[in-house]
Amino acid sequence: MPKISWWKWVSILLLMYAIVLGFLGAVPRLHIVNESIRNTYFHVPMWFGMIFLLGASVWNSIQYLRHSRLEYDMLSHAYVQVGILFGALGLVTGMLWANYTWGAPWSNDPKQTASAIGLLIYFGYMVLRGSLNSEKERAKVSAVYSIFAFAIFIPLIWVLPRFTDSLHPGNGGNPAFGKYDMDNQMRMVFYPAVIGWTLMGFWLGNLIVRISRLQNKFSAL
Amino acid sequence: MISRIFVRAIALLIFMLPFAVLGQDSNPEMADTMRSSGKIYVVVSCVLMVLAGLIAFLFVVEKRLSRLEKENQVNK
Repeated sequence: MPKISWWKWVSILLLMYAIVLGFLGAVPRLHIVNESIRNTYFHVPMWFGMIFLLGASVWNSIQYLRHSRLEYDMLSHAYVQVGILFGALGLVTGMLWANYTWGAPWSNDPKQTASAIGLLIYFGYMVLRGSLNSEKERAKVSAVYSIFAFAIFIPLIWVLPRFTDSLHPGNGGNPAFGKYDMDNQMRMVFYPAVIGWTLMGFWLGNLIVRISRLQNKFSAL
Repeated sequence: MISRIFVRAIALLIFMLPFAVLGQDSNPEMADTMRSSGKIYVVVSCVLMVLAGLIAFLFVVEKRLSRLEKENQVNK
């Protein structure tokens, strides 16, 4: 058994808790969504986790621009990679859920479209990184890109869909979390699930950045 | 006398046993937790197994990385 940080154990425990109570706990009986309301515990934490990861990436980008230490660039890059993974999982789980509740996997819902655009922006980040050979230049340009991408992404998926008609709860005058679609019993599972998946994302990011450090060490030799 | 009744009761039980087992309407009490509530516990167990497998894999990666870090004096 390797020694791992305490927060990785927290992630394991919270995910086990969220899976057991996510399937077995009581949920509101609602038309159309029926049992699929439990997707709230698995689909939504992907987006929350992605936002935390991309936020951590921005933090490290700012740190890179301030201190010019390659370590921050590696952290920022690792969190973007896991953030894209979580976003892609959020998108496909959302499409599966939408197929059975909204009638089609894709209905050009503002939030769906905005999150697809947002993911494309971050694909651009990966392409941009791949196209720059100079280590310093790559770190600086991608730090700036990551900050601007986040600054566009958050209004796109969080703010703008609320002003228009949307199928997502909490948008276009629909009541948000809490009024009809979430009760206190669900919150007791939902928030631990968000924390558990977010920590799992940081665990994966930690593994990626440790590989980067080793690669960096080998290439310097 | 008592033993005779006992033997007959046992014989009757043995004779009835296949009917009790094969009878389609019979409802024997078994360890049915995993079969209750539409067998949802089976799904929960499966998902927990998947999670356990993934975490075990992460532990293997952790172990390999820690060894590499130690060998190359790279701090975590």
